[in-house]
Amino acid sequence: MSGWPILSIITFLPLVGCAAILLTRGQAAAVAGNARWIALITTIVEFVLSLWLWFHFDGRTSAFQFVESADWLAPGIGYRMGVDGISMLFVVLTAGLMPFCILASWESIESRVGEYMVAFLALETMMIGVFTSLDLVLFYIFFEAGLIPMFLIIGIWGGKRRVYASFKFFLYTLLGSLLMLLAILAMYYTAGTTDITALLHYHFDPKLQIFLWIAFFASFAVKMPMWPVHTWLPDAHVEAPTAGSVILAGILLKMGGYGFLRFSLPMFASASVTFTPLIFVLSIVAIIYTSLVALAQEDIKKLIAYSSVAHMGFVTMGLFTLTQQGLDGGIFQMLSHGVVSGALFLCVGVVYDRMHTREIAAYGGLVNRMPIYAACFMIFTLANVGLPGTGGFVGEFLTMLGAFLANTWVAIFAATGVILSAAYALYLYRRVVFGELVKPALMTIKDLSPREFAILAPLVAITILMGVYPKPVFDVTSASVANLISEHKTALAFDHAPKLAARELNP
Amino acid sequence: MTLQADVLVLLPELVLAVGALALLIAGVTAGDRSTAAVSWAAAALMVVAGWLTFTAAPATAFNGTFVVDGFSRFAKLLILGGAALCILMAKEFFLLEGRQRFELPILMLLATLGMLLMVSASSFIALYLGLELQSLALYVLAAFNRDSLRSTEAGLKYFVLGALSSGMLLYGISLVYGFTGSTEFAAIAKVTAASGANIGLIFGLVFIVAGLAFKVGAVPFHMWTPDVYEGSPTPVTAFFVTAAKVAAFALFIRAVIAPFPHSMGQWQQIIVVISVLSVVLGAVAAIGQTNIKRLLAYSSIGHVGYALLGLAAGTPLGVQGMLVYLAYYLLTNLGMFACISAMRRDGESVEDIRQLAGLSRTQPGFAFALAALTLSLAGLPPLAGIFAKIYVFGAAIQAHLYVPAIVNIVASVIGAFYYLRIITIMYFDEPVRRFDAGIGGATTAIMWGTSVVSMFFVFVPAPLIYLAGNAARTLLP
Repeated sequence: MSGWPILSIITFLPLVGCAAILLTRGQAAAVAGNARWIALITTIVEFVLSLWLWFHFDGRTSAFQFVESADWLAPGIGYRMGVDGISMLFVVLTAGLMPFCILASWESIESRVGEYMVAFLALETMMIGVFTSLDLVLFYIFFEAGLIPMFLIIGIWGGKRRVYASFKFFLYTLLGSLLMLLAILAMYYTAGTTDITALLHYHFDPKLQIFLWIAFFASFAVKMPMWPVHTWLPDAHVEAPTAGSVILAGILLKMGGYGFLRFSLPMFASASVTFTPLIFVLSIVAIIYTSLVALAQEDIKKLIAYSSVAHMGFVTMGLFTLTQQGLDGGIFQMLSHGVVSGALFLCVGVVYDRMHTREIAAYGGLVNRMPIYAACFMIFTLANVGLPGTGGFVGEFLTMLGAFLANTWVAIFAATGVILSAAYALYLYRRVVFGELVKPALMTIKDLSPREFAILAPLVAITILMGVYPKPVFDVTSASVANLISEHKTALAFDHAPKLAARELNP
Repeated sequence: MTLQADVLVLLPELVLAVGALALLIAGVTAGDRSTAAVSWAAAALMVVAGWLTFTAAPATAFNGTFVVDGFSRFAKLLILGGAALCILMAKEFFLLEGRQRFELPILMLLATLGMLLMVSASSFIALYLGLELQSLALYVLAAFNRDSLRSTEAGLKYFVLGALSSGMLLYGISLVYGFTGSTEFAAIAKVTAASGANIGLIFGLVFIVAGLAFKVGAVPFHMWTPDVYEGSPTPVTAFFVTAAKVAAFALFIRAVIAPFPHSMGQWQQIIVVISVLSVVLGAVAAIGQTNIKRLLAYSSIGHVGYALLGLAAGTPLGVQGMLVYLAYYLLTNLGMFACISAMRRDGESVEDIRQLAGLSRTQPGFAFALAALTLSLAGLPPLAGIFAKIYVFGAAIQAHLYVPAIVNIVASVIGAFYYLRIITIMYFDEPVRRFDAGIGGATTAIMWGTSVVSMFFVFVPAPLIYLAGNAARTLLP
């Protein structure tokens, strides 16, 4: 199978599913049923393929693997695909979350099922493309094209203020990414190529780096989202359907962190160092401020959305410490947060499907009627807090370790954030699950259906596995991370070296 | 060069001219019953002219006042293709309206002839002749619904303001002639290279740029576009937006680059300002529009601004970017106007965007095609629009026009808002009734063809970009 363009197949397979759904004709109910099954089968095949990729991935080298390349747009702008230790697991995460999203929408989406599944499958292509593309322009196309299906998912199948939320989501993200486009063009005319592998070894002029870094930051900070440009996220999360929230929290937010890792840190080495204090401050504000905001929320989804912002603060902090621990931890945190926050939104979806409200006050005492649900929800809540033994712990611990090595004060502030996260998460859990079951509407609520159990049980297993045995993840990432750090050091030394050397290396 | 050889260079234009006259005689004899036949014949003439243009070798004729090169070939093929499709769309549109007139395709033929002359003009006199031939035909076309108040108003407005701009252009030409002693582009370039730009020449240049900015509909000379685009019959508006716009742009490019390559510092600043103003005004003013044709008029002002950014760069890459932009713009707008032609309910044309509500549920195919075209106009990947933007903005970045590029790209986020509003109405709102079926084969084909090309352009972008690059290099080596 080595001769196959495996990454292109993984990237574009969902589009085949889209075509199949669009081509089915017949009775509305039959078409809807077909659409569900086609989407489920496509995403499962996709997941199996991504596992195959992981299995055949060589974690000992930091080089890009499964590389494909073809002419595309212009000299220097080609169709290039490849994965390394940094992007590999994001592909698996994306492919892994999708079947859960399809299953979670199995019954809750009743209208326009075909279009819904088409939007999700198209979104999957764009998301995987972001992580597999090895050309900046190609990356940009995937990065921005994902906005359209997400816009439709929020706008068509969302809640009451869906139009407002979808516009806010779209325009915020678009502004950031268009500035990045200008930076990409500037890089193309400076370096003569948008090949990421070539650009990783190209040394941009430190002055130019500052502007390029800011433009990329505009895009990734919005996507991440970092305080203070996070305000689109709570709205988008609250209004999106359950599966839309899962994808938003699980994958779309990770694109920002991935962007920092792939572009900002290695390509703009000295600018990254210049701006590290800014990133640290914004991360700390995000961790503490949004945790406090989360404490005051009345809406379950909004609370989890704010907690996502706080957790992403740990990620940005870890990435910019530029230590092996910080970077490994940042990547791990993104992966575990992808699973955990996705699972939390699925948990909210379970009760939302029954009660059609997200108000925390409408719940209470669920443990009496839904013990299995309460157990699952508890594990995800604890993972969100970062309890040792769950996936959340490893990432938070490592990022704080990295921060401690880089700057003690940053680590101290971040640690208070952990306490706050325990406060809001446990407070939420107490209000929703514990207490007396007094609300009449809840008296007849049913525990998890087999389908819902089938969704949550594997996620529980993954969450605990990631906490107990994180080695498989680090096996993949550590070589690439170590390489990133050493390359960064070289580039930094180069930027501080006399100008003469620049001319020799960049003919 | 002998007269015979000169005439041969002009062959595609002659085919159109003789054909138009022959069709006019045939139409007068046969009456309005012959409209369909005349339309098909006119479209066929354009295909023939297109083939002749495609196979013609580079040449100059009539003492260097008429030039055939790669640039003119690229623009002419776009114009002929756009015009032919507009004629077919018009045939079906007026059939449904029950107002068939055989003069319409003939007027479009004559306007197209004028456009071809404009594109190839290499002296200001030839340029002016072509421009006026085109404009006079377009004034009549704008007022073609002679019983409609809006249409006659559009024609009158277009005529009065068009005449004003022609006056400015002529004034500029006379100044340039006075200070350089020639109206031929090559001769003017020689004089300015030797003596540099003097104040009189700059005055002339400013008037010429103002006149041309008027013809392309750039701010602050855009006032006619919303009224004329809204008032004219839909296929005629399509003709204005596609073929006429490409011709005006090709003329603009050649008329500043060929005679004034050494005064770039002077015209570059004007064009940068015009470009930024157009993009910003187009984005902001379109937000409040509910008439889809008026909305597209403001959108076209914005697009003029983006395209002018390529001209402002003044590099081969900038011209290439503009040509890519024009090709994309022509294609997408043909599709948009085919969709607007298809918006008919109970035999009446519907132009309010709120009438598109819930289209994705009543007519999913139609909604999908229109959505693809709208998002392409918004410049969102993976649709065709982003590649045009990449090239134009790339040229601006390469020419170090950072501030205009940043302002324009920020304004395009504002612009995205109103394009998204169309999507919102079609996909998020509760449905109203279906549109009429049976809008005609050509219109449907244009609608689908253009949206499919917009969607799949991402897979094979290289050929168009390659051709545009070759064309640009014949003008600016």
